[in-house]
Amino acid sequence: MRRTGWIVPTIYIIFLMLPIYWLVSMSFKTTNEILGGFSVFPQEFTIANYVTIFTDPTWYMGYVNSLAYVSLNTILSVSVALPAAYAFSRYRFIGDKHLFFWLLTNRMAPPAVFALPFFQLYSAVNLFDTHIAVALAHTLFNIPLAVWILEGFMSGVPKELDETAYVDGHSFWSFFLKIFIPTVAAGIGVAAFFCFMFSWVELLLAKTLTAVEAKPIAAIMTRTASTSGYELGLLAAAGTLTIIPGAFVIYFVRNYIAKGFALGRV
Amino acid sequence: MNKTENQKAWLFVLPVVALVAFNAVIPLMTVVNYSVQETFGDNTFFWSGVLWFEQVLHSERFHASLGRQLLFTGTILVIEIPLGVAIALTMPRKGVWLSVCLVLMALPLLIPWNVVGAMWNIFALPDIGLMGWTLNKIGFDFNFTRQPGDAWFTLIIMDVWHWTSLVVLLAYAGLSSIPDAYYQAAKIDGAGRWAIFRHIQLPKMKRVLTIALLLRFMDSFMIYTEPFVLTGGGPGNSTTLLSIDLVKIALGQFDLGPAAAMSLIYFLIILLLSWIFYTVMMRNEEQ
Repeated sequence: MRRTGWIVPTIYIIFLMLPIYWLVSMSFKTTNEILGGFSVFPQEFTIANYVTIFTDPTWYMGYVNSLAYVSLNTILSVSVALPAAYAFSRYRFIGDKHLFFWLLTNRMAPPAVFALPFFQLYSAVNLFDTHIAVALAHTLFNIPLAVWILEGFMSGVPKELDETAYVDGHSFWSFFLKIFIPTVAAGIGVAAFFCFMFSWVELLLAKTLTAVEAKPIAAIMTRTASTSGYELGLLAAAGTLTIIPGAFVIYFVRNYIAKGFALGRV
Repeated sequence: MNKTENQKAWLFVLPVVALVAFNAVIPLMTVVNYSVQETFGDNTFFWSGVLWFEQVLHSERFHASLGRQLLFTGTILVIEIPLGVAIALTMPRKGVWLSVCLVLMALPLLIPWNVVGAMWNIFALPDIGLMGWTLNKIGFDFNFTRQPGDAWFTLIIMDVWHWTSLVVLLAYAGLSSIPDAYYQAAKIDGAGRWAIFRHIQLPKMKRVLTIALLLRFMDSFMIYTEPFVLTGGGPGNSTTLLSIDLVKIALGQFDLGPAAAMSLIYFLIILLLSWIFYTVMMRNEEQ
């Protein structure tokens, strides 16, 4: 039964890789070659597109900006979600179920709905065009997700662990920081992975909340594509470079990603 | 798990509530505010009641975008959920090959959404894109920037490419939670492939598939960046989904009132449909 089992995943992976191959291959072509006609492999192999990106600050600062607000968002989302998820998994309190559902409804809010009010809100508090603004805005959908995932992992840890620690004379915070957090480390990894992912891929809010100083790489790509003619090679090189951080992160959490959502409570 | 009654737990959730409220409640109030007022652009506002809501609910433009949105979401759900389950069923159970599968399959999920759009744009270009060029070579008249049908085909296949892996990962997580003993028992009973799927694998995947269905529903209903970069809503208005239309009205024409009313109706539709999905699936679970 299993002998032919590899065919389906293989075909699927080839299907997934084709557009990525096309992007990477185009990034090594000159603009002339791209517009000149169809070629499966780069004929005049060039790294000029990458050189442009790495030597021009308006390009490479985009990556720095993106990584800055994504990291900030991940740290912020996970650290405030940790105590909240603990409360949801261990205690009953007035309004707990409603609160949990209300948090999840924010995951259902279309960013397009919030784009304009966000612009006005963050302008009003003088945070427009800062990394903090984007990091804060992305907590709208990342905190509910992080609470959801962490709560699932924490509910899997037996309550006896807490009780034993108190008997051993730990205070709450000493137990929480020294015993509990290391126990749910896998869950924290998964939550951080998903926060990183959804903050890294989001563009609409990130673009709306920035102008120059904190502009994400993804937004720089759209601008350059429309003003300086349509430099496909450059666009492809910039796109290729945005895949690398994601690939890096996946490699580290590959054993946990499949478990991530599955342990969450619906 | 039996939980302790403890009102101090509110202190633990306070930071989350404060942050999310800052981000959700204030902008939502702004939207509500705009939706019931009229302005002539000089920062003076007049009460307009439910005028904008009536206008949006009766507008053919809104009906058309909503129809396209429902068609899009329906189509991708019908393709992605069964396809994802089928792929998860054929995944290797352990070893290096499994790691390779997981890493490669998760890759599309980590690509910024506008890069996904741009990538599919250059992949599908009829003259210099691998897919567009190949389709034309083998005799199809394919041009997604001119023909609405081709634009839809590209849009759907792009979303399948982008998100099927999420369903695969979730379904796989559900499958890997089934103990080997279940399969051995099924073997002794002489159960066929279909019986194993129907009575062991499917029930075990139910919870994760609920999550997959909800997430895919919500995210596909909110989709903006990928179709915006791929087709810009065109040709004509043929791929103008709800979010694209909303941004056109709000930021393009700066019609704040109608845009705000449309936002609220849009949000309520997502909430309502998610709630229906959730309730129906939970009810099935209880039976």
